[in-house]
Amino acid sequence: MSGYLVTVATVIAIQAIAACGLNVIVGFAGQISLGHAAFMAMGAYTTAMLCTKVGLGFWSALPLVILVSGAMGILLGLPSLRVRDDFLAITTIGINFIVEAVFLYTPFFGGALGISGIPRISFLGEPLKGVGFLGLCTGFLALVMFFCWWFVRTFAGLACFALREEEAAASSIGISPVRFKLMAFTLGTVMAGLSGALYAHYMRMINATDFGFPHSVMMLCIVVLGGMGTLWGPVLGAAVLGSLPEIFRPLVDYRMLLYTALLLFMIRFQPGGLLGEASVARGVIRRIWRISPQGVRG
Amino acid sequence: MEILLEQVLNGVAIGSLYGLMTLGLTLVYGILRILHIAHAAVYTAGAYLGLWTFQWSGSLLLGAIVAMAGCSALGVGIERLVYFPLLRYPPFVPLIASIAVLLGTEEVCRLLFGPYILAFPAKVPLPSISLGNLVVSAPLLAVYIVTAAILLALWYIVARTRLGLAMRAVAQSRPMADALGIDTHRIITITFVLGSSIAALAGILVGIYYNQVYPTMGAVPAYKTLAIIVVGGLGNIQGSVIASLLVGMAETLLIGFANIPLPRDALAFMAMIAVLLWRAEGLFRSR
Repeated sequence: MSGYLVTVATVIAIQAIAACGLNVIVGFAGQISLGHAAFMAMGAYTTAMLCTKVGLGFWSALPLVILVSGAMGILLGLPSLRVRDDFLAITTIGINFIVEAVFLYTPFFGGALGISGIPRISFLGEPLKGVGFLGLCTGFLALVMFFCWWFVRTFAGLACFALREEEAAASSIGISPVRFKLMAFTLGTVMAGLSGALYAHYMRMINATDFGFPHSVMMLCIVVLGGMGTLWGPVLGAAVLGSLPEIFRPLVDYRMLLYTALLLFMIRFQPGGLLGEASVARGVIRRIWRISPQGVRG
Repeated sequence: MEILLEQVLNGVAIGSLYGLMTLGLTLVYGILRILHIAHAAVYTAGAYLGLWTFQWSGSLLLGAIVAMAGCSALGVGIERLVYFPLLRYPPFVPLIASIAVLLGTEEVCRLLFGPYILAFPAKVPLPSISLGNLVVSAPLLAVYIVTAAILLALWYIVARTRLGLAMRAVAQSRPMADALGIDTHRIITITFVLGSSIAALAGILVGIYYNQVYPTMGAVPAYKTLAIIVVGGLGNIQGSVIASLLVGMAETLLIGFANIPLPRDALAFMAMIAVLLWRAEGLFRSR
């Protein structure tokens, strides 16, 4: 594989991990989040600080990354989940702006310069780059996807589905909305933190503006476009939205316009996502294999 | 003391501009329950249309009229082609479509007018008033007068006319208004025309006030106005105007005096989260 393809694929894999996390929040538990990039930033900054200031390696920093992004998920999820729907959407936008501002304006976190000189991840004593790093990201993606696959088969997963469909009915049969929403939110933020940490070690320098609100919008677009609540949707969405700008690159000036036009077109005519319940793609797949849809929505 | 007064005057002006931008957002939210982020696209288009007409004709009035007409068409187009077919989906589907419209409009403006900041060299036909050392410049005065006139007109329409009654009925319950013989689709169209025209004027005023028109001028207002309408209680017109003024004042005064190290754009969101924790429905309950 050429270096260019490896780069595009690595970025897609990193995005897909965060998108799987957002899918747990939006697709499984039905809670909108437009601040997902803030939690990627927390993961990225945790590992960057630990590796450059404390001198830890990626693998020893990883548990702390998970701990910090999970704790922040609980901390910010508790007040956020008090509000619903549109209020929640705007609150999470607010969290994104505030977190970005805190990282950008605190000298401790490098301020506007960000953090540079983040070491490569070493695996069995060898620093990973190129195809090796892509392999690592794909491995983590597989792990995250396996977790999602397992999660929807547990009681907690079913409880999240019930809350998504009808909160009042679900809580009337003893499913605590706060508990399971918060659980989904925290799982999602942990995956975002993991993705952010991988991003930090891949770019080897990070800046708060990398994790601004536009990135959160991109994340939500990936999930909605791919098909919310499905297992493969976030991965497909990340692949489509990650490769489109590259495919349109020859168009230079018209690239972004075409990209937004296509996004609008897809959301307008396939609002359930490419792999959603009523989508064209799912219909085709069903016809080809003549199997009942064993999607996550079950 | 004079610096304080000057800051207050500026704060009121910025608050008024936020107010004009949030009016359309509040009207649309009240009637369709959609977070109309593309409203900032309408506002950007208004600034460019106004500037373009002004450059070509030399008349600010004609610029305002063309901008209002063009923005009304854009607003109604967004409603008909994008929002209406997506109303039966969960609220974040139109939200994403709205964000896509905003980004697309920014790109169109960049391609048509270039990526640079254009000056808006209009002379406002108003005197600048000086009170002692305090000077109220002509653009500042224009912001005050236009905002006051629009607020008064909107209040009259919503509170005193049959049209306003129908708008309030549709906002309360669309199926019920339908059943009572109100042409709800026409009311929605009129709401978009009103909101978009006000956004066009806001775009022109911002362009003159800062003497800047550029493709991404809608990016920050797009999200900040969301925070403001939440503080004001989603869908509540008076609330959103008061919240706009409060946020405009707070931004100017806190940045001017307290010298806090946070960017002003995060401030509105902090106020919003604080308000939400204290009263989950915003400062002023909506209807």
